[in-house]
Amino acid sequence: MNPAFSVILLTTLIGVGQGLFMAMVGFEQHWIGAQTVMDHGFYIRMDFICLGFLICGLGASFFHLGHPERAWRAVAMWRTSWLSREVIVLPLTMVCIALHALTHMLAPEASGLMGLVGLVCCLALYFVTAMNYICLKFLQEWASPLTFFNFTLLGLASGFTLANALCVGMGTPMDHLYSRWAIVLTVLAAISRSLSLYRNASLRPRSTLQTAIGIKNPSIRQISQGFMGSSFNTREFFHAKNRLFVQSVKWGFILLTFILPCLFLTLDLDPTQASSPGWAWGSFIIQYVGLIGERWFFFAQARHPQNLYYQSTA
Amino acid sequence: MSQLALVIDLNVCVGCQACVTSCKQWNTSGQAVALSDQNPYGADPSGTFFNRVQTYEVGTFPETDTIHFPKSCLHCEEPPCVPVCPTGASYKRKDNGLVLIDYDKCIGCNYCAWACPYGVRELDEKEKVMTKCTLCVDRIEDLSLDETQRKPACVLACPTNARLFGDIHDPESLVSQAIAQNEGYALMPEWGTRPANHYLPRRQASAIDRLLSETTEQQRRVKTPSDSEGQGS
Ligand code: SF4
Ligand code: SF4
Repeated sequence: MNPAFSVILLTTLIGVGQGLFMAMVGFEQHWIGAQTVMDHGFYIRMDFICLGFLICGLGASFFHLGHPERAWRAVAMWRTSWLSREVIVLPLTMVCIALHALTHMLAPEASGLMGLVGLVCCLALYFVTAMNYICLKFLQEWASPLTFFNFTLLGLASGFTLANALCVGMGTPMDHLYSRWAIVLTVLAAISRSLSLYRNASLRPRSTLQTAIGIKNPSIRQISQGFMGSSFNTREFFHAKNRLFVQSVKWGFILLTFILPCLFLTLDLDPTQASSPGWAWGSFIIQYVGLIGERWFFFAQARHPQNLYYQSTA
Repeated sequence: MSQLALVIDLNVCVGCQACVTSCKQWNTSGQAVALSDQNPYGADPSGTFFNRVQTYEVGTFPETDTIHFPKSCLHCEEPPCVPVCPTGASYKRKDNGLVLIDYDKCIGCNYCAWACPYGVRELDEKEKVMTKCTLCVDRIEDLSLDETQRKPACVLACPTNARLFGDIHDPESLVSQAIAQNEGYALMPEWGTRPANHYLPRRQASAIDRLLSETTEQQRRVKTPSDSEGQGS
């Protein structure tokens, strides 16, 4: 497939936003129990940052549409379409996050419940986003539960890395809690992503030129795809990058998303000292850049069976 | 419920592209969106077409066949492109099995094109909506046309009658008979899409065919020296 930048931004930005919300709410009780200085202002600020990421992701997705002014129509087919479900769950998650901020302003006793509802929405959003890709069974690289684990773990890892950076930036005492979790989640994401890289490397395409045109002869060569220039089919489904570029993106994202952030976060784990903003922010920024590469590779690696029909211009 | 479809005979298609141009002409001139072209006379021309005729070489020399292979939406009986559409713009008609797109509802998200294994949906660059073969729904249902004209434009245009049109659910129909008698097959059966359009495979060249082609070959060899004499150099 030819990776669309709008979809890369959509999936990575909302992933960070969801992960950040889950990082914050997941430890809400922990902070309250520990009688720390977490005030309501902290949660409200964090909620707004989560919302910012989700809004930017949603905004990016509009650039993918031919008719963004009709986007509202996309809620119609929730019974059959995972994309429609995503279009419903994304704003719902945003509403929950906004309500979570509101409870911290007006009714703190309800904030725990609202946080829990938001948490469920965030998890559901990871699921429906991943299902958009998993359900296309002939895109064999995507059609695996690993796609769900990757989207979720990568989103959580980047969310926790950002939570760490934000807390350090706001000068909030936190005993390296988020950075330790960020390391664990990044390692888990690395395991899951490696498994899918391994799986995809050994995939055998079920469709061949023989099944595509229905002729059993082992030797078939396309002479003409039916036109001399380009078409939607050649633009949308081929990334047209050479092997070196694709391999560089792969090793680049492995370094940036997994290895460097883990290294930076671990170096910063000294229990006698507070975390340094440089390491904390550095880890997040590097990891996010890596995620863009990861998502580019995710799209580029999927070989669409339609490509069998577009091999030669004659 | 009927299921309208095309049956394409690979024995007689000569790759003349008449179906491609007649399709473009008919479908760009109707009430629905025009099928735009980008850069038609420049470098890298591009445009929206519902139907493309491709050419394949099958086998190894000298046992080779040239196959001209027209491809358009196959109006699948289990179309994977329909349930994924978030707006309901893509739908399958219950009465005649046509898979159609409501251009007024389409948001141009491309998801249905991703979900079609056959690469027959094309987003129109100018109109920004998804387009594909309608089997000329606006011809075949137009009762003001003479009955012989109520067929897809490509079927009427084909000079070798390589394109048959009809209801594959009616066992008596021309298309059902053609499929049954000639081992008509569907593309990429591995995905369970059950395409309605079928293809009739090349028949094996008979002994007589072989003999004929060998005789022509011999005649050609005999002729060649005298032919080249006249050409000079
Ligand atoms: S050929 Fe493609 S576009 Fe046409 S019905 Fe089948 S899946 Fe849908
Ligand atoms: S491009 Fe149009 S027809 Fe296709 S899935 Fe999107 S809204 Fe539906």
